[in-house]
Amino acid sequence: MAGPGRTTPAGDATYRELVRPLLLPSWLVIGILMVLPVALMAVYSFLTREFRGGVIWEFTLAAYDQFFFDRGLFGDEPPRIEWTYITIFWRSIWQAGLATLMCLVIGFPTAWFIATRPARTRGIWLFLITIPYWVNLLIRTVSLRFLLRDTGPMNGALQSLGLIDAPLPIINTNLAVQIGLFYSYLPFMVLPIYAAVERYNFALSEAAADLYASRWATLREIVLPVVKPGIVAGCILVFIPSLGAFLAPDLLGGAKTFMIGSLIDEQFRGSQGNWPFGAAAAMILMTLVLFVLLIYARAQGRAPR
Amino acid sequence: MTDAVDLRGVVKRYGTVTALHGVTLSIADNEFFTLLGPSGCGKTTLLRLIAGFEDISEGEIRLFGHDIARLEPNQRPVNTVFQNYALFPHMSVLDNVAFGLKMKGVDPAARRARAGRMLEMVHLSAFAERLPAQLSGGQQQRVALARALAPEPKVLLLDEPLSALDLKLRQAMRVELKQLQEETGITFIFVTHDQEEALTMSDRIAVMSAGRVQQIGTAREIYEAPVNRFVADFIGETNLLEVEVASVSDGRATVILPGGARITCPSSSMTGGRHHLSIRPERLTISDRAELMANVERVVYLGTDLQVIAHLDGGQPITLRLQNAARTSLPEPGQRIGLHLEEGGARLLAD
Amino acid sequence: MKGVRHYPGFLALTILCLAVLYAPLIVVAIYSFNASTSITSWGGFSLRWYGEVFTGREAARFGQAAWNSITIALIASTVATVIATAAALAMVRGGAFRGRQASFALINLPLMVPEIVIAVATLIFFSAIGLTMGYLTILLAHITFCIPFAYLPIAARLEGIEATYEQAARDLYATRAQAFRLILLPLMMPGIVSGWLLAFIISLDDFIITNFVKGAGMETLPTAIFGSVKQGIKPNIMALSTLMLLVSVLFVTAAYLINRKGRQTP
Repeated sequence: MAGPGRTTPAGDATYRELVRPLLLPSWLVIGILMVLPVALMAVYSFLTREFRGGVIWEFTLAAYDQFFFDRGLFGDEPPRIEWTYITIFWRSIWQAGLATLMCLVIGFPTAWFIATRPARTRGIWLFLITIPYWVNLLIRTVSLRFLLRDTGPMNGALQSLGLIDAPLPIINTNLAVQIGLFYSYLPFMVLPIYAAVERYNFALSEAAADLYASRWATLREIVLPVVKPGIVAGCILVFIPSLGAFLAPDLLGGAKTFMIGSLIDEQFRGSQGNWPFGAAAAMILMTLVLFVLLIYARAQGRAPR
Repeated sequence: MTDAVDLRGVVKRYGTVTALHGVTLSIADNEFFTLLGPSGCGKTTLLRLIAGFEDISEGEIRLFGHDIARLEPNQRPVNTVFQNYALFPHMSVLDNVAFGLKMKGVDPAARRARAGRMLEMVHLSAFAERLPAQLSGGQQQRVALARALAPEPKVLLLDEPLSALDLKLRQAMRVELKQLQEETGITFIFVTHDQEEALTMSDRIAVMSAGRVQQIGTAREIYEAPVNRFVADFIGETNLLEVEVASVSDGRATVILPGGARITCPSSSMTGGRHHLSIRPERLTISDRAELMANVERVVYLGTDLQVIAHLDGGQPITLRLQNAARTSLPEPGQRIGLHLEEGGARLLAD
Repeated sequence: MKGVRHYPGFLALTILCLAVLYAPLIVVAIYSFNASTSITSWGGFSLRWYGEVFTGREAARFGQAAWNSITIALIASTVATVIATAAALAMVRGGAFRGRQASFALINLPLMVPEIVIAVATLIFFSAIGLTMGYLTILLAHITFCIPFAYLPIAARLEGIEATYEQAARDLYATRAQAFRLILLPLMMPGIVSGWLLAFIISLDDFIITNFVKGAGMETLPTAIFGSVKQGIKPNIMALSTLMLLVSVLFVTAAYLINRKGRQTP
C-alpha cells in the first residue's frame, strides 16, 4: 500500500511545487461528495422527523433519545433504557466478531500455506484466492443463499449421501449470516496475512526449533507475534465491513438476525422511514468504526520497528 | 573416548542435484572445528543437517555415539548461531537468551538467572531489556551467541556468524570466540568462507569443495601440506606451475619446469607424468643461489609486504612476496633475478 | 522432519478455504444450465435460461440495467482514474508538504467509512441540495468511492519509478511536459490500467450506495437482480449471474496479466 510516509524527491523544488496542485480535484470531489455529506448527516441526526421521509429544520435530540431510551407509547413515562437498538448493534458486533474469527481460523493457515509455496506456484494460489473477491458481492451472496437453502444442493447432497435425515436448517439463522460475512470478506483476511508471512524471516522459526521449541510452540511464541501486524490488519479489514454489512444479513438472515445495516436501510425506505433516526444510527456506527480504527492506529504507532 | 560428532557417508540430495557426496568426518569433544570452503561447497548444508533443519538423504549423524539423523531440530542437544543472528524481534534481549530454557521447561526464576549470567559473559548485562533492533551489529552477534550457549548445548554450530560485521569488529570477535570456546569447553563447529578466520581460530579445519571434503587437518597441515590443487589454491596465495615429473625416490620427486629448470621437492606416492607444483610466494627469495631465473615485470607495494610479479624463463607468471624491510636493493621492472626456493617451499599436488 | 514452513493440516484448510469460496459460484453456474423450471431438481442440460436473459420477459429491464451499469462504470472509473493519477503525482512526486498526511487520509476516506454510512450521507446531501435521484446521482457517488481504488495501484507503481528517469529526460532537453508524456506516463501505464480496471469492477459491483441514491425507476444490474431475487431465485438470474461472473473473471485475469507484464519492465 502507498503509505503516506514515503516521498520520492523528484528533481527540483519547482517540480515539487508544480505537481502539488494536482491534489485539488481529489480534494474537491471527496470534500464535496463525501466530507460535506457526512457533516450534513451529522446535522440531520439532530433534526426533527418528517413523516413522509426527509426532515423538518428544528433541532432536537429526539433521534438519539429514541435510540437509547424508552419513554412509553406516548413519550410521557419516565425514561427506561431502550434495548431494541442496542441489541441490534450488539448483535452486529457479535456477528461481525464471529465472522472475523472464522476468517482468521481459515485465513491464517491459507495465507501461511500460500506464502510458503515456491515462487512459481505462489502467484497462482493467490490468484485463486482473489478471483471470488472480484465477483459481484450480490451475486456471491445470492449464490450462497441458493446453496444453503433447505431444498438446496448442499442439503440435497447430504441427504442423498445419507448423512442427514432432514435438511439442516441453516438459512435465516445467525449461522447463515456468519457464513455469509465470512464468505464475503475472507480474501480481506488472507491478503494482509499473506503479505506479512511473505516478509517473515523463516530463520526465526529455525532458531526457535533449534532452541527446543516444538512446531506449535514456534507458531505461538514466534510466528504469531511477529506477523501480528498482518493479522490485525486482516481482522480490521473483515470486521469493519462486516459490522455495516447489508446484503448478507438481508439475503441470508431472517427477522431474528437483523443487523445495523438493515436497521439504517429501513429508515430511508418509503413513508415508514425516519431520516434523523437513520442518520443518528449511521453516526453511531461510524463512531464505532472510527473508535476501532483509532485503537488500531495507536497500536501501530506503539509497535516495534 | 567417543567423538562429539561423527558423520558417516552423509549424502544430501535436492531433487536431482546432489549437494553432499558422502561426507565422513569425526569431530572430537572440546574441538574448535571449522568447515571452510567457497560458497556452494556444501558447508552450510552440512551444518544444517547437523542442526536438523534439513533431512539427510543417506548416511548417519552421531552425536556422542547416538544417531540423531531422524530427530527434529528441537530434539537435538545442539544450538546454532545464525548468519544474520535470527534474534526474535518482538522479545527483549533477556527473553531471547532465556527462550531455549523456557522451551526446555526451566522455571522462570532459574532461566532469568541463567540468561542474566550469559549476558554477563558477553558483556551485555546493561542491555537486557532492550529489543534486538536497538542494538548494534556486534551486540546482536553477542546476543545470538549467548542465546545459543544458554541451554548448554553439547555442540555449538556457527553459520558464518562474523560475516555481517565490519573488519575491526570481526578481528576482535575471533579472539573472543576462541576464548569462549576454551572457557566453556563446548565443541564448536564453525562455518566460514574466510580462510583467515579459519586459520586463526580452528583446532582443525575441513576444506570443502563441490560437496566433498577435500582435506582435514590443522591450520598448519592444510597450509603447508595441501593434498590437492584445490586446497593449495584456496588456502592462501600460491603459484601453480605445470611440471613434468622426472623421477621419484625416497619420497622426493625431481620435476622439470617448462623452462627446463629442475627442482626436487617432497612427494607422496606420485609416479611420472604431468602434475601441478605449488610454490608459496613467501617461500621464494631473490638470491644468487638460484634454482630458477625470472624477469621482473612489476613490483606492488602492499605496506607490510612487497609483491613481485615476474615471468619464469619458461614464460609462466610467478609471484613472490618479500618482507618490507629496510633492504638495500629493490628489484626493478625488467630486471633479471635469480629465485631461491626454501626447503619445503614447493609441493607436488594430486589434481 | 519437514522444515519449519510445514504445518500439518494447513493444506487441508487451504483447500477448505477455496472450496468455500468457489462452491456457491460453481453450483450456481451448473444450475444455470438446468433445463428444468424448478430450481430444486435437475432436468438435463439446456441453454434456455441464457436465451431467457436476452429475450425473456425481464430482458428489457435487465438490458436497460446492464446499459446503465456499464456506462456508469465506464465514466466513473475513467474520471476517478484521472483524478487519482493527478493525486498520485502530487503525493508521490510533491516531496514533503503541509497537509500531505491529511490528503492521504482524505483520499482513503471512502475505504474507511462503512458503505452504508456513505450511502446515507450521500442520499441526505443530494436531497438537501435538491438533486433528483437518478443516473447523475449514481454517477457522482460512484466517482467518489472509486478514487481510492484507482489511487492505490497507481501510487504504488509511481513509487517504484525512480525520479532519475525524468531527470535523464530533462537532461536530454525534454521539457517538463515532454518528460511527463514520453517517459513518466508510459512507465505509469500498468498502474493506471490496473487502477482503472479495479475502479471499473468496484463500480459495477456496488449495490448499497447505488440502492440509496438511484431513485425510483432507475436500475443498475445489482439493484435489478436484488429486486428480482427478493421474490425468489429464478433460473434466469442464475444464468445472468454466471455471465457476470465470467466478465469479472475475464477482467481480473486481464489485470493480473497486465500487472505481471508491467513488473518485467522497471
